[in-house]
Amino acid sequence: MKRYFHNLGEKIIEGLITISGTVTSITVLLIVFYLFKEGLGVFSQTPVAEGAVLAIHPQNPVKELSAAEVKEIFDQNITNWNQVGGPNAPIKLFEVDDITDYYTEEQIGPDFEYLPQRINELVSKDPNILAFFPDEYLAKDFAGKRLELDNISVSQFLGGRQWYPTIQPAVQMGVLSLILGTLWVSLGAIAIALPLGLATSIYLAEIANPKLRNFLKPVIELLAGIPSVVYGFFGLVVVVPLIQDVFGLPVGETALAGSIILGIMALPTIISVSEDALRTTPRAMKEASLALGASKWQTIYKVMIPYSISGISTAAILGIGRAIGETMAVLMVTGNASVIPSTFLEPVRTIPATIAAELGEAPQGGIHYQALFALGCILFLMTLAINLTVDMVSAKKKANR
Amino acid sequence: MNSVETKDLHLYYGDFHALKGITMGMKKNQVTAFIGPSGCGKSTYLRCFNRMNDLIDGVKIEGEIMIDGVDIYQKNIQVDDLRKHVGMVFQKPNPFPKSIFENVAYGLRVNGTKDKKFIEERVERSLKQAALWDEVKDKLKKSAFELSGGQQQRLCIARALAIEPSVLLMDEPTSALDPLSTAKTEELIHELKENYTIVIVTHNMQQAGRVSDYTAFFYLGELVEYGKTKTIFTNPKDQRTQNYITGRFG
Amino acid sequence: MAFANNTSTQNSKRLSQNVAFWIFRLLSFSVVAILVIILGFIIVRGISVISWEFLTQMPREGMTAGGIYPAIIGTLCLVVGSMLFAFPIGILSGIYINEYAKDSWFKRFVKMMTNNLAGIPSIVFGLFGMALFVNQFGFGDSILAGSLTLGLLALPVVIRTTEESLKAIDNSFRIGSLALGATKWQTTSRVVLPMAFPNIITGLILSIGRVSGETAPILFTVAAYFLPKLPNSIFDQVMALPYHLYVISTSGTNIEASRAMAYGTAFVLIMIVLLVNLLANWLRRYFSRKVKMN
Repeated sequence: MKRYFHNLGEKIIEGLITISGTVTSITVLLIVFYLFKEGLGVFSQTPVAEGAVLAIHPQNPVKELSAAEVKEIFDQNITNWNQVGGPNAPIKLFEVDDITDYYTEEQIGPDFEYLPQRINELVSKDPNILAFFPDEYLAKDFAGKRLELDNISVSQFLGGRQWYPTIQPAVQMGVLSLILGTLWVSLGAIAIALPLGLATSIYLAEIANPKLRNFLKPVIELLAGIPSVVYGFFGLVVVVPLIQDVFGLPVGETALAGSIILGIMALPTIISVSEDALRTTPRAMKEASLALGASKWQTIYKVMIPYSISGISTAAILGIGRAIGETMAVLMVTGNASVIPSTFLEPVRTIPATIAAELGEAPQGGIHYQALFALGCILFLMTLAINLTVDMVSAKKKANR
Repeated sequence: MNSVETKDLHLYYGDFHALKGITMGMKKNQVTAFIGPSGCGKSTYLRCFNRMNDLIDGVKIEGEIMIDGVDIYQKNIQVDDLRKHVGMVFQKPNPFPKSIFENVAYGLRVNGTKDKKFIEERVERSLKQAALWDEVKDKLKKSAFELSGGQQQRLCIARALAIEPSVLLMDEPTSALDPLSTAKTEELIHELKENYTIVIVTHNMQQAGRVSDYTAFFYLGELVEYGKTKTIFTNPKDQRTQNYITGRFG
Repeated sequence: MAFANNTSTQNSKRLSQNVAFWIFRLLSFSVVAILVIILGFIIVRGISVISWEFLTQMPREGMTAGGIYPAIIGTLCLVVGSMLFAFPIGILSGIYINEYAKDSWFKRFVKMMTNNLAGIPSIVFGLFGMALFVNQFGFGDSILAGSLTLGLLALPVVIRTTEESLKAIDNSFRIGSLALGATKWQTTSRVVLPMAFPNIITGLILSIGRVSGETAPILFTVAAYFLPKLPNSIFDQVMALPYHLYVISTSGTNIEASRAMAYGTAFVLIMIVLLVNLLANWLRRYFSRKVKMN
């Protein structure tokens, strides 16, 4: 009997351990599921704000407009119907506030009770009108033609340059500038961190004496322990004003500030991974080089670096990965303007910073909320691609030996 | 004439006294073999001649080492110059992850040779000297890792020869090779001694007998006996030498 | 003699080595300098803000005065909560990977997933925590949701620490125990785990440091902008140190006036990291000395 319970206990523990072992896998799958479930929802949403109507004269041949066209029209960059496939006639914009230009207050009614009717009249009278109004003012016998906007397409989402997730009458959900901003800041970070990190790893692996090395290693580990919000704060109070002064800029919150802070944050990863890589160079190979009269430095750059190049590239890729996903520090120092940057001295906005800055205000389940999850999907795919690249590089390295 | 000479050489790894006052000279254009059980100090002693022991932390050396008449531990001696003069072949073949050609050219390049034609000629000559030319002349651009173990070791010998050392140190050069490759390498050693002073560390008694002119027997950091190979093998003076060569030490 | 002359090529070779090494030395020390500047700056500016009142009072006057007491307590709650979740599951999971799993595709899959989880950006954890814990499970913005999100983030670190520590234990100890008739779990719990304990505990302490500084995962799962009271249950929102620093340095009511508070908060965060690192180093040394004495 005792034996039986003993075995049972063993089995229960084994089951518990196995279940725990699967938790990470389940988590990853759940993350993927929720990200994509919410994120893909954005592609079945129309860009017109919920509860709003876009309408034209019933005889107007225009059948559909894209979200971008709507924005251009309301920004008055498109002013003629023939630019969007209609007749050659100027576009007459109408928003609900304009109603007083056409009717007196009495005609509208003190509680706007005649407003639907008036809008209906306007739309059926003026052949060139484009009206935008809340659907509570939609008349029962509305005579105008309601414009349905196309759902946001994947190519519009990925290729669009405009990110105005809350603009009226049609939201603009182009994430290209955010993707480019993320890559831009991350590549800048790696351009700063790689030379510095590689030099430090060489110094630690080959030049420093053991005593100095034992001092430097924990110091660099400490750099990895500082919270990103503290880096962001330091960037905000030190780096940003410095950049503003040095370059004489109106604002110091720039891509450069982001790259500098991210570069510092990527240093520990780059240093430790490339130092490990340099240390894998077989002793025999170093000795062979030295025995041929090569100097220590020649041995480093002619033998050790070529030998450990895959490890060093892994370090660089991991550094980029760290930079791409970093949120708080970037949010605090880059200025967050969603434009495609042309220099490092302009503000940029990255994907993580966008999510962090906007999710708090996006109503749950709305198009903005879903678009931010879609950004999360893109971020997830980017880091996944980086992880897979690293796996491939190290697998190739193993196969080469 | 002695090409390599040491006087009362002591070496310490931290507290461990690894070489205890070794005084001997190795003759020019002869093959000298170092034999002895593992840990007897023979490899450590060999590595003094190109100051390879400098790389190990905590090594302390006392005494004098003269190579071609120069004290190599003098202050104004630069180790990389010394190592150009004293070539070395290691226990395991250790080619670089580069092409066959670049492996042999490496020593020339790191020592500042830029003349392309000169390098090409020297690579060819060294590969011929190492009896490898015919096997690799059509694939000089291929990675050195594509060669067999024996070929790799001859490549490493060619690599050492390319910078024209006067002394060639060999640290158990055939211990990782098959019998056929070993035979080829031994043949090569025999040919090379015309131009080089060769010092070889070996575990293999028969090999020492086959390739060397002189043999030194080391035991627990001491030089026990040194003389003509024939004498050492047929008529050793010291009991410890006798025990070793008759296989009592293994 | 051939090698006793200083030729010009040899000189240039040496010169380039000296130049290169000096550059490396300089760059390496500049990395240290960066750390010293960051730490020094925050410590010097922050230490004058620190007082008993700062650590034990509620924030006042639009977070420009008073203290950060609720943020300290909030972070403490989140650290404890996330560790209650991550430690047992992470350690068991590490045991599974190193001791129990047979070498199969499933083990490789689990390891790959753990790796991937470690590579996911923290803001994505925030999104996930919001979608699952806050909305789907209906926990709302709460200590529970925030702790679970942070716990998931810490999980790969805990697993890897455990796995590495277990891997370092020589197999002969396991075989020895099994040979005496001990079961697998007896062997693991009485022989292997105690031996791996020092390394595991060091890694766990370091993961506490990481969790206490994370901001992105708690943005949408628990962190309160301004909440001058202490939580009553795990379903309450709390303030947290890293989020508080973010708020008062970027979007507080009066950023200039709350600068001093920001330096003080940053100082407290830095101190947590330093203490955690020191403790981990000390433990590492303490245990290795103990092992030597045995």
